[in-house]
Amino acid sequence: MMIPTVFQRMIFFTLVIMVLCSATGGCSKSIDSDSKTPVETASGRVAIKLATTTSLDNSGLLAHILPVFTEETGIEVDIIAVGTGKALELGRAGDVDVLLVHAPDAEEEFISEGYGLDRYYVAQNEFVIVGPQADPAGVGESSGIVDAFGKIHDIEAVFISRGDQSGTHKRELIIWDEAGLDPEGAWYIEAGQGMGAVLTMASELEAYALSDIGTFYSMEDHLDLVIVHSGDELLENIYSVIPLNADLYPDLKHEQVAGLIEWLTGPVCGNLINRYEVNGHKLFDVR
Amino acid sequence: MDELTVQSVETVGYLSMFNGDIVALIGTSFNLSLWSTSIAALIGFPLGVLIGLSEFKGRRTVDIILNTLLFLPTVVVGHLVYMALTREGFLGDFQLLFTRPAIIIGQVILATPIILTMVSNTVRLADRRIIPTALSMGASRIRAYLLLLGEVRALVVLSLLAAFARVISEVGVSMMLGGNIFGKTRTITTGIALLTSQGEFSQATVLGLVLLVIVFGINIVVYQATHRVSA
Repeated sequence: MMIPTVFQRMIFFTLVIMVLCSATGGCSKSIDSDSKTPVETASGRVAIKLATTTSLDNSGLLAHILPVFTEETGIEVDIIAVGTGKALELGRAGDVDVLLVHAPDAEEEFISEGYGLDRYYVAQNEFVIVGPQADPAGVGESSGIVDAFGKIHDIEAVFISRGDQSGTHKRELIIWDEAGLDPEGAWYIEAGQGMGAVLTMASELEAYALSDIGTFYSMEDHLDLVIVHSGDELLENIYSVIPLNADLYPDLKHEQVAGLIEWLTGPVCGNLINRYEVNGHKLFDVR
Repeated sequence: MDELTVQSVETVGYLSMFNGDIVALIGTSFNLSLWSTSIAALIGFPLGVLIGLSEFKGRRTVDIILNTLLFLPTVVVGHLVYMALTREGFLGDFQLLFTRPAIIIGQVILATPIILTMVSNTVRLADRRIIPTALSMGASRIRAYLLLLGEVRALVVLSLLAAFARVISEVGVSMMLGGNIFGKTRTITTGIALLTSQGEFSQATVLGLVLLVIVFGINIVVYQATHRVSA
């Protein structure tokens, strides 16, 4: 008979799909649970969404410390790694629960607009200028960061800018501004990408770039780049955690966020960060 | 050893390790693609049969729209669904942004037109004399249509595979709506994007190979099926 065969095949196919779906695990659970508050994941834990910078994620720090927090508290942290600018936008829209960012001026503005409550110090390191070993612009001999940017501008050495309103990009713009220079021209490339991607580009194109030292060290093996300038007040890089305003977005997971902030600013996390090393380099400081 | 040899030796090394992270990404990709293909099939099948069988005014317009939908850029879909899912969007209350369901919604929009168009074209070109014949032999209307569908089942299965291949290989929707969260919404494609940006070329190559093998496998099935259809 023809008809049963058609039926059988269709039913069989549907079954195969269902079995495969359930075998690959837990999707239906997350469909139910992600639409409720607080979110419970497949493992029965609450998950909060943390919007953060690509520099923190690419350096591997969060993957190093956050599992410890999850272990202690049962709270999972979903990391959405974007630039600081985008992270602040996600915070304004109330699409995430908490921010971990590094652009003090933009953070203050965010708080004064009423979206965030306060900023809490988590860790710091520094920005550096990286470039090709040959250092064609002679950035290595510059007297300071402003002078260094001037040297790059003078010979129009290729410079890769993040170009994504991230914390690193905002800092770069501040430095150009301090130098009284307007970076424009074929030598100035606005990548619009994360820190890792920009370092990879700079390496491929033998170009200069401003980077946080953490991401640079964690990727050093893959890069034909060296640090050509560092150590300047303007290059201080501070990471802060910002909880969102509960009055504005009462349905976010504020209780869990408070726990995360207490932990991030506490001694256990501080020790973990201070001990975090990649390729023998200490990437972050907690003071 | 030259660069390429080093690269391939590293790649083989990674293949032999085939660490848990990579397996998790593959699992996520399969899970999401199966869900979105299944849901797209539930929408695309009935609509496709309906459009394929009916004659109506404005058919041409519908065809043109459907064909445009076939080539929807994934980032456009990602952007539109993002605007719907953000808190201010009309689906914002569900807080779906940066979750698996968000990716599935976007992928269903990508997959449905493929299934719909292929099913409707197949049904339209099929030999419909089977329907009056079946009816005259006492079959019910639904059974008669199922018979017709049975005649073209190979092509219907092909539409599923085509849809699956489209969603498992897309990156725009997964990246924008999923947020590339490790262990949850990081897929093969967004994983490749991240690994490449970090200079981890060997692992990216492994994932790329996995994706190629999947798409290759689908194409073998497609080839076999079409071969049978034409034979």
